[in-house]
Amino acid sequence: MNKYNSIVTDNQLSIKANLSYRAAFMLILKRDITIAFRHRDDIINPLLFFIIVVTLFPLGIGPESSTLSRIAPGIIWVAALLSTLLSLDRLFKSDHDDGSLEQMLLSPHPVFILVLAKIVAHWLLTGLPLIFIAPILAVLLHLNENSYGALLLTLLLGTPILSLIGAIGVALTVGIKKGGVLLSLLVLPLYIPVLIFATSAVDTAAMNLPFNGQLAIIAALFIGSLTLAPFAVASALKVSTN
Amino acid sequence: MWKWLHPYAKPEITYHFTGKILPWFAYLSAILLSVGIVWALAFAPADYQQGDSFRIFYLHVPAASLSMGIYVGMAIAALCSLVWQLKLADASASAMAPVGAVFTAIALITGAAWGKPMWGTWWIWDARLTSELILLFLYLGVIALHNAFEDKSLAGKAAAILTLVGVINIPIIKYSVEWWNTLHQGATVSKLGKPSMTMDMLWPFIICFLGFALLVATIICIRFRTEILARNSMRPWVRELVDKIEG
Repeated sequence: MNKYNSIVTDNQLSIKANLSYRAAFMLILKRDITIAFRHRDDIINPLLFFIIVVTLFPLGIGPESSTLSRIAPGIIWVAALLSTLLSLDRLFKSDHDDGSLEQMLLSPHPVFILVLAKIVAHWLLTGLPLIFIAPILAVLLHLNENSYGALLLTLLLGTPILSLIGAIGVALTVGIKKGGVLLSLLVLPLYIPVLIFATSAVDTAAMNLPFNGQLAIIAALFIGSLTLAPFAVASALKVSTN
Repeated sequence: MWKWLHPYAKPEITYHFTGKILPWFAYLSAILLSVGIVWALAFAPADYQQGDSFRIFYLHVPAASLSMGIYVGMAIAALCSLVWQLKLADASASAMAPVGAVFTAIALITGAAWGKPMWGTWWIWDARLTSELILLFLYLGVIALHNAFEDKSLAGKAAAILTLVGVINIPIIKYSVEWWNTLHQGATVSKLGKPSMTMDMLWPFIICFLGFALLVATIICIRFRTEILARNSMRPWVRELVDKIEG
């Protein structure tokens, strides 16, 4: 892992100091995705975790389809929160360990852009696969037929928020040796609004009512965290790397 | 204003200043609390619906509003420490966090004890209860992050960032939970001008509230002073203080 990270950052980012912002963004994005594809476990394990957590609920609660379809949106969303949390660690940890994170902070580009690229890469690798798998799991949980559109839309708008807010928590705990449990304590309370509005949108859709109100609020949360979170992440990284 | 404020950026001066105002806070809070609590528990009229069990209100409401007030105070201190790099703002934020957490816990516990006779259950997933519980989680997160760092000044900065993220989130969480479910009674005291309680119930409440606020100020002052001493333990003025005490 160390080899790949340092090769890409050292040779491309710090030497080409006159990169445009867009090029720097694309460079980091490509780098993170390349690294992730060389460690496929990191992408697949959170997905497996997501599937297994969802499977556990019918076993624990009982197989009645009426109960399951009632709680399906909540289960899928809580499982999505937990599997995002599990995958967050990868966001900055290995870069911090091998020093390429410090190189990024030292580069002449605004940290905002580099951080945003890393978060986008994280979402593409963990949030997007969730959206593809969720409908299959929804079938297993007998989700109401009207709710599929709402479930996919809320996941599409909501999982980027999870990556963005989660990145703040990771950035704060990256310098700490055992930051994993602490990370969940910091991040989970901040996920609550997304969970509430997403599940309420899916429930409303099940009753054949319009759910654009909830979607609008999730979209607002997305825009808000998209604009503010990278700044918080950048300053948190500066604290963490000291 | 800056000219008037800037001497207090020096730990030594702030230490002596807080030493001077601390007894005022302490004595005033002791007087107000002893008057207020006796009045509230023994002499204020009982509620026509809830009987005597409403008297826990005089503890529950001050604790709940102070728990939120302390978070706001902590966020202001965090902002000052991040923007102006004030070391003392850092110390005050870390002095406030545990006090706020304890008051949040008091509000939750007294709320549960009040809910049992009134609603017939200890806990309801009601908007205000839930947002207070989440506030407790936010406090515990800040404290845990503070403890996770070895270096005090790093810990202060990290906790400050988290506090600010939290303070942006608190209104969002509050409204999201409110739309999610509402059962709690509406505000009784904060309706300015026309509170929906009689004056002989309101007066002991105001006295209790001020008493608890000053109690918070006293505790935070003590913690703040200890924090200053701990952070400056190698400075000559602290050594002098220690020598003076040891004779």
